[in-house]
Amino acid sequence: MKLSALLTGAALALGLATTASADAHSKTKVGFVFVGPVGDGGWTYEHDQGRLAVEKEFGDAVETVYVENVAEGPDSERVMTQMALDGAKLIFTTSFGYMDPTINVAKKFPDVKFEHATGYKRADNVSTYSARFYEGRAIQGHIAGNMTESNIIGYIGSYPIPEVIRGINSAYIHAKKVNPDVQFKIVWAYTWFDPAKEADAAKVLIEQGADVILQHTDSTAPQAAAQEAGNVITFGQASDMAQYAPKPRVSSIIDNWAPYYIARTKAVMDGTWTSTDTWDGIGPGMVGIGEISDAVPANVKEEALAMKDKIASGEYHPFTGPVKKQDGSDWLADGEVADDGTLAGMNFYVEGIEGTIPQ
Amino acid sequence: MFFGGLLFVALGKDPVAAIRTIFYEPLFGQYAFYYRPQLLVKGAPLVLIAIGLSLGFKAGIWNIGAEGQYIMGALFGAGVGLAFYPYEAWFVFPLMVAAGAFGGWIWAMIPAFLKVRFGTNEILVSLMLVYVAEQFLASMSLGLMKNPEGFGFPGSRNLQQYESAFNADLIEGSGMHWGVVAALIAVIFAYVLLSKHRLGFAIRVTGEAPRAARFSGVNPVRLVLFCMGMSGLLAGLAGMFEVSGPAGQVTIDFNVGYGFTAIIVAFLGRLHPVGILLAGGLMALTYIGGDIAQSQLGLPAAAIQVFQGMLLFFLLALDMLTHYRLRFGTAEVV
Repeated sequence: MKLSALLTGAALALGLATTASADAHSKTKVGFVFVGPVGDGGWTYEHDQGRLAVEKEFGDAVETVYVENVAEGPDSERVMTQMALDGAKLIFTTSFGYMDPTINVAKKFPDVKFEHATGYKRADNVSTYSARFYEGRAIQGHIAGNMTESNIIGYIGSYPIPEVIRGINSAYIHAKKVNPDVQFKIVWAYTWFDPAKEADAAKVLIEQGADVILQHTDSTAPQAAAQEAGNVITFGQASDMAQYAPKPRVSSIIDNWAPYYIARTKAVMDGTWTSTDTWDGIGPGMVGIGEISDAVPANVKEEALAMKDKIASGEYHPFTGPVKKQDGSDWLADGEVADDGTLAGMNFYVEGIEGTIPQ
Repeated sequence: MFFGGLLFVALGKDPVAAIRTIFYEPLFGQYAFYYRPQLLVKGAPLVLIAIGLSLGFKAGIWNIGAEGQYIMGALFGAGVGLAFYPYEAWFVFPLMVAAGAFGGWIWAMIPAFLKVRFGTNEILVSLMLVYVAEQFLASMSLGLMKNPEGFGFPGSRNLQQYESAFNADLIEGSGMHWGVVAALIAVIFAYVLLSKHRLGFAIRVTGEAPRAARFSGVNPVRLVLFCMGMSGLLAGLAGMFEVSGPAGQVTIDFNVGYGFTAIIVAFLGRLHPVGILLAGGLMALTYIGGDIAQSQLGLPAAAIQVFQGMLLFFLLALDMLTHYRLRFGTAEVV
């Protein structure tokens, strides 16, 4: 009896809550759920820059809120629910592991729009978005293949998911093109952000003879490890990491979420928001290439920039045949370009990479 | 709390509003109807694990690896559930519960067995097994248990969408899932055990005076096996209820440190079952209130953690000071 009274009270309050937030329409509230700390200098930092850009663009018309260091799973579900209850109209959930929680919360709040980064589940009020980082990886591979002297390139992977595997393949293909003897050593860190683990991984790779370190994790720890080791070059990941330029950091992939976040926020304000799946690369500006430093020979830099322009214009696709899979079977015929479906779910290495993807 | 207030002032926030948001908002605020059930969701695994740990801690048996047992419980439980997919039957869930308990139990039995057989240190072994369990979890979510419809992404099927295996709220929206029920039963069970049963007496005596316990006929080997097994079993149950309910799926990052936080909860509750229940609630409150404070007041996550740390530190210090007198100057050595 008491409990049912409580529940009707709850239902009532929920109804009140939704109407109350509808009234407070003068300011559009936008929520951000972050997987790391905003000061990570990488992934979350760039998302937070996007958030600040939204604030700057719309000024008093928006209010942004965020919660950082949110564990994937039930904790994230609670944080999203709380944001929706507090009247957020649009919520960006910026890690792959927030996928199911986002869908769950979206079901409960049909009037709130959700944007989930790097996932594949959509609903009427859930969009997904991601960036074609592999385009940047191609340029990294080109520079790395040219600059390595030991012919060993170390790669710090986060999780063996398609996004990361795509990056490895793209970098490898382009390193191999300019340097047939090149070899990739891959370490899986099983984390997006853990400076200690990342530093260890970098040190192990350097000890194994790698003089180029590519990372798909978010902290600057590998950069610091490379700097300490001396003759090793690295690339900034997610953020420019320019504090380590000109060496070890010779270039970087920069995630630029600001234009997308601004456009989506505007769509919510105008009431034109619809559920979409966005996958943008260098062309539309979602992926940026950080300045290539002077540590890179001029001709290599020139070639890299030319490749960047070609990718941006759509003239060149980093996955253009002939490419074989690791087991020797054909994947792309001569001149054939990989389709987005295969890329989105990529779970194989291309020919020449040693080792197996952890299963 | 006073020092916490100072911390918030130092960060340029209104201390009263911050503390009010953390402690008051989840319980009595505008949206408390949502947060109160969340307290149960967040607190239940903490209490369940902490109860198990407290039995061992009382007897001087230090199981630090509850996190690993929690993971193994979840894997065993989810494994049984996934093996039956998509077969719907009433017995799937009870089987998963049994498997989850078994998973946690067997994982705790490794350090327990090594201790009684070879005299190894259970603190080290149980802690190391956490990392083994984490690797196992990663391998499972990338391999055997990976959702075949997941486009190659890691993570299992979502058990929330599999009715027989879903540990749903017993009353919709109340947060009361089977894990909460199990936690309450565990509290009662532990209370009765410790205050009324002979075994509970043996546990207490062993902790306070191991030699006396031995003289009075307590079998230390059986006690180690019981305490470790029990704490593993409860941690396994917590993991199983979590994976089949609030979390829903096996993922690489499934564990969020409940097993370690539970150690704090156990001590905060002074190893007493009812105390643990309250301590679990308090921890859950600071987590949930902390998240609200982050998004409403823009407090950084680190500040919340510092605040939590201070809270625990002062509570434990208070506890210590009520038991021991602080004497300045050096005591004479006799």
